[in-house]
This record gives sequence, structure tokens and C-alpha cells, in this order.
Amino acid sequence: MEEKMKLAPDAFEPVSKKDELDDEKIVAPSRTFIQDAWRRLRQNKASYVCLWILVVIGLIAFTSPITASHPNTSNPNYANLPPKIPGVNINGFNGTSVVAGKRVDAYKQNHVPSKVHYTLGTDYLGRSLAQRILRGTLVSLLIGLFATLIDLIVGVGYGVISAWKGGITDIILQRIIEVISSVPNIVIMVLLMLILKGGMLPIILAIAFNGWTTMARLTRAQTLQLKSQEYVLAARTLGESTFKIAVKHLLPNLSSVIIIQTMFTIPSAIFFEAFLSYIGIGIQAPTASLGTLISDGQKNFQFLPYQMWYPAIMLSIIMIAFNILADGLRDAFDPRTARR
Amino acid sequence: MARYLVRRIFYLALTLFLIASITFFLMKLMPGTPLNNQAKLTPQQIKVIYEHYGLNKPVWQQYVSYIVDAAHGNFGLSFQFSDQPVSYLISSRIGPSLQLGGQAMIVGVVVGIIVGSLSAIRKNTWVDGTSTFISILGISIPSFVLAILLQYYLGLKLQLFPIADWGGFSYTVLPTLALAASPFAETSRFVRTEMVDVLGSDYIELARAKGLSRIGIVWHHALRNSLIPLVTVIGPLTAAIMTGSMVVENIFSVPGIGEQFVKSILVNDYPTIMGVTMLYSALLCAMLLLTDLVYGIIDPRIRIAGKEG
Repeated sequence: MEEKMKLAPDAFEPVSKKDELDDEKIVAPSRTFIQDAWRRLRQNKASYVCLWILVVIGLIAFTSPITASHPNTSNPNYANLPPKIPGVNINGFNGTSVVAGKRVDAYKQNHVPSKVHYTLGTDYLGRSLAQRILRGTLVSLLIGLFATLIDLIVGVGYGVISAWKGGITDIILQRIIEVISSVPNIVIMVLLMLILKGGMLPIILAIAFNGWTTMARLTRAQTLQLKSQEYVLAARTLGESTFKIAVKHLLPNLSSVIIIQTMFTIPSAIFFEAFLSYIGIGIQAPTASLGTLISDGQKNFQFLPYQMWYPAIMLSIIMIAFNILADGLRDAFDPRTARR
Repeated sequence: MARYLVRRIFYLALTLFLIASITFFLMKLMPGTPLNNQAKLTPQQIKVIYEHYGLNKPVWQQYVSYIVDAAHGNFGLSFQFSDQPVSYLISSRIGPSLQLGGQAMIVGVVVGIIVGSLSAIRKNTWVDGTSTFISILGISIPSFVLAILLQYYLGLKLQLFPIADWGGFSYTVLPTLALAASPFAETSRFVRTEMVDVLGSDYIELARAKGLSRIGIVWHHALRNSLIPLVTVIGPLTAAIMTGSMVVENIFSVPGIGEQFVKSILVNDYPTIMGVTMLYSALLCAMLLLTDLVYGIIDPRIRIAGKEG
């Protein structure tokens, strides 16, 4: 280990005058806030992988109107066919299922032509499960995204106004939030769903209706802090309009709180959609969502487990990916909370 | 303290009154009547049925009598379930729900504290990684999926516990596990974050410098201080358990409130829906109030009296 370090004389050279260190020069590249967060997010492997998983799922889901164009075409002759991928001979993917303790080829039994196969099998009406899962994922994602968008607009607006106005406005607005948040979320959603009846828009509204309170609380707290900062005071002194201060000075500084909260809201919206559809007051048949697919699949779980497994796995992957990504984003935007 | 309590209870009553009023008018907006087969009934019969439920009076009279009755714990007669009073329907079912909810809360929080502390003490090791992953699973996998899997694999395949129904303690095991997943996950994440914070603080450094044992430090210094903020999540956890109980009770055929609520939703049994809504809201409000009071007592830094409520 104790090897002598060999140094040649020409490894050293005098520092020339013109290379003299400039004390004022910033050597590290200057990064914007977003670039910095992005760099930290990329260092967090799990979150980065989840981001890509979500991008892929999103792409597949949003192209599904083209790739899975017949999610509701039923074919009673092909009902309850197990998954079959040609050329793959693994139980579970070769079109066989266990009936009365014996493994039988369900495709042969039902006289399905040999060129017809369903990658993830069919449901009780002979509809392709793969197509339904793709479309269901799209529905779930859309509901999650739109509900979160409404949350974002209402919540941020409410929070900023409440904190900015202060005084009696603030007290009244906060009381309203307190009343709403002392009713369990699910009860509000159920009541709204009963009035609005099933369908995508009512679900979005019902989920958004009580999701925004958290966002409003967070933005209010943050705005209260920002309000007393010098640069806001400067802008006010210079006669900048309130709206412009909100857009130019408050929003950029609120962005990390908003982004993090958004990433936690999306999975919870997707969960509530699945929940409502599962208990039967959400998405109405024949439209598929992950919740209705799980609810349908559960009825046959003992005999045709794939009908529940695949939508359940899809839902779980989406939820896990969003949650891990949200954790990662929180650490990226606020290094103080990062793992130490 | 006393003034604060009085004010909080006043606000609680006001909140419940608002909720009762809003649900009442929402229910009036709903389509449908208590009659299943309206087409077959004569106007005479319809009139009798309406009088029976008090639906023939003007809306404001119905409203006043609803609020007065609700204050006495009476929520009218169920439209669908053999005409029973809603209060009876609920009170006969509250036992199983409270038992399941309580058990799930205790199991979830206790296991969550243990797992959360372990992963904070051994942070950035495989212990931490595994428990973080398990709590992400607990948050991400919907309770109804978990319940079905537990029912199938532990109940049907391994025959460890009864599949469904309500009897002795063994019947409560699977539903409790399914319900406990989300409180467990929330608690363990929360405790981990708090504990990591506390373990990095100066007084822990001092305790270590004094030469206290690792276990002594965690038990006497770290655990207590990291558990105090845990009180604040009890409210949200209660709400989560309520949400979960609706599907979990349904899947395991537990005769509880959540199961009744879902049944009532599907058959438009409005009086029962309103009754359960009020019960859930009252329970959550009470939990939130209790949380605030307990938090003020165990953490002297929170000053209740001067706080703007």
C-alpha cells in the first residue's frame, strides 16, 4: 500500500498572471429553480423510474381510442376466455383455465377460431379485457387530471385571496373550509354523486369539490409568509396591481407547494374514482374504468382471477408510481425534507 | 381553556347544523320518492304513504321538524328497510363498525409506529427501504383490492380465518387487517419523518455524548417527541377508516354502518343516508376537537387559550 507517489517535475507549472482566479466569477453553472429541482429528481432513481412508467402508461392510455377502438363490442360466444398470447405456453397466457380441477383449453371448448386470441382474456360478455383496461386507464387518468386541475384553480385562487385580503374575508373563507373538511370526503362525494348521477363530469366535480380545501390551506399559509416579504412590499409600494403581484410574484414562489400537492391529489382522485365506481355510483356501464373493471372482476375472482388481477395491478401501479413520484418531487423541490 | 372549549363546542354545533341543513336540501333536490311502484298505486294510497313519511307538509315545515328531530337523535323512518326508524337501524349496527374501526386504528397506528421508528433508526439501510416500500404499497393499494385478496388467500385458500359474516373475534381479523393498511402506512411514514428530524437534533446528540444506550435514547428521548405530532393525523385517519369501512364491511358482510350506507345509497334510501352522514360528520368533528384538545395538553408549546379558533 505504501507506494511512493511518482511525480514528474513537469506536472507542475507556474500559474500565469492571466489565469489568476477571479473572485467574482461563478464557476458552477447557474441553474433556475426548475432546473435545480429536475436535477435532484433525476438523482432519485425510484422517482425517476416512476416518472417514466407514468409517461409510458399515459402514452398507452391516451392513444387507446385508436389502439383499443372496440372496448364495448360484446361477443357472447367468446365470454370469459382466459388470456392467450400465441406462441407463449405458460399457464395463464396460453388460453387454458382450470375447470373442476382439470386444466382445459377454453378456446377449443368454445370453438374459437385459432387466429382469434385475447391477450388479457375476455370478460363475462366476451369483451376484450385488454382493450377495456386501456380505455379504463384513460378514463381514470382523465378523471384524476381534470379533478386535480379544478382543485388547483379553485384551491390556489381561494388560498391566495384568503391570505391576501386577510381580516374578515379570511376568517369567513377559513370557516367555510373548516365546515367542508369536517365532513368526511367520501360522504360529500356520495351525496354529490346521488344528485348528479353517474358519469365522468359528475365524478370530476364531486372529487374536486372537497379536494381543493387542502390546496387552499397550503397556498394560504405560504402566501401569508410571502406577503410580508420585502419584494412584495416593494411591488406594492411601486403601485403594481394586486392581480399582477399575484401572478408575477406570488405564483412563482408558490409553485413548489402547488406542484407537490398536485402530485398527491392525482392519485387520491384516481382512488376515489375507483372507489365510487366500485360501490356502483361512479362510472356507469358500459363505460369501463379501473374501478368498474375491478368490481366486475371481483365477482368471478375465485374462478377467473385474471379478470380482477389485471385491472387491480394497473390501478396499483398507477397509484404507486404517482405516490413515489410525489415523494421524490417533494424532496426535489424542498431539499430540507429530503432524506438525511 | 374553558372559554376555548365552549367556543369550539359552539362551532361544532354550528357546523353540524349547517351540514344537516345542506344534506336536507340536497335530499329534497334528489329525484325519486319513497315509492317503488308508483305507477300501480292509486292517488289515495300515495297520499297515505306521503302522510306516513311526513312528505305532504310544506318543505319548510319538514325542514324544521327534521332539524328538531335530528337534534334529538331521531332521523325519521327508513324508506326501504322495512320501515324501521333510522336511529334504530344505525344504533343496531354501530357496534361492529366501532369495533372494526377501533381495532384497525390500534393495529395500524401501533405497527406503524414500530415500523416507522425502525426505519428512522436504520435509515438508508435495507430495513428502511423495505418498510418505506411496504408503506407506499399500503397507501397505494385500494382497500377493496386488499380486502378481496385477503379474503381469497387467507380466508379461502389457507382457511385461516372465516371468509365473511360476523361472529367471534376470528371474524374480525381479516376486515381489521384490510382496514388497518392505510392508517399503518400513513403512521409509519409520518413517524419516520418526525423521528429522522428528532434524531438529528441537539438534545439527542447530547444524550449520545452522555453515553446513553441507543435503545435508551430512542425510548426516552426520541420516541416521545416524535409521537406528539402524530396526534394531528388521527382525524384524517378516522376519515380514511370510514371510507374503507364502506367497502370492507361490504366485502366481508359485516353488519356495520358502512355496509348499511352503501346499501342505502344503491336503493335511494334518503333518510338513512342523511342519518349516516350526520353520524359520520359528528364523529369526525368530535375526533378533530379531541385531537386539538389532546395536542394542546401534551404539547405545552401549543397555546390553546390565545389561539384564534
